[in-house]
Amino acid sequence: MSLEVMLNAAGLAFVVAGSRWQQADGQIVFVFILAMAATEVAIGLALVLQLYHEFKSLDADALSEMREVA
Amino acid sequence: MEVAFYIAAAVAIISTVLMLRDLNVVHALLYLIVSLLAVAVVFYVIGAPFVAALEVIIYAGAIMVLFVFVVMMLNLGEHANAMEKGWLTPGIWIGPTALAGVLLGEVGYLVLRGGSPQMGAGMVAPKQVGIALFGPYLIGVELASMLLLAGLVGAYHLGFRTTQRTEIRHARDTDERRAAPGGDFVLAGTNRPPGTP
Repeated sequence: MSLEVMLNAAGLAFVVAGSRWQQADGQIVFVFILAMAATEVAIGLALVLQLYHEFKSLDADALSEMREVA
Repeated sequence: MEVAFYIAAAVAIISTVLMLRDLNVVHALLYLIVSLLAVAVVFYVIGAPFVAALEVIIYAGAIMVLFVFVVMMLNLGEHANAMEKGWLTPGIWIGPTALAGVLLGEVGYLVLRGGSPQMGAGMVAPKQVGIALFGPYLIGVELASMLLLAGLVGAYHLGFRTTQRTEIRHARDTDERRAAPGGDFVLAGTNRPPGTP
């Protein structure tokens, strides 16, 4: 979700700059950012679902099982 | 016109800060949706109506619904009902509702006022955006489509592997239970294995 906020801020900056110089480029970049965010959300949520399926929790610390046991 | 811009910007910043401070995922999602709507109003005011519509439809409409779906799905449990009752107390929805009400009043004011909504340098028409998008940026559109395809295949793969593994485990468990003497089935007669009581 914080990632979404950051992507939105970048998109807002692009659109404002494009509006300032009367160019359509800023809005085009925003469309690209939108597509990228949609993809990223789909993959991330699929990963989260699988994590929940395997570990029955959403704790990111549970993913440390690849680490060598000290 | 500047007033509308500053109000929308203030709503966006306030709701984002409240989202970051919230420990409950669903409440944070509510604030995030309000924040996205506020950013859409900002887009509309600075003269980018096409991007404002995209923001509302895709971001607030599609991506956030996906978020809410997954969050609700992961919350399934015995105490989920009690939790959902706890979420509906007035102290929780009053904040997002007030901020969204401010945005609604602002949009109503802008629509009733009529005229061109832009402020500052002027507005970039959707037609201009489309022409530029399929002119010099055609390769970018192709790359975006490939990215979306890759995302689709990846998400499908992740989901598919999970269900398949569950089914294999289920089948194995059933086989073991059926093979074990004294399992679910009580055998009688000639096919009764020797040694079973």
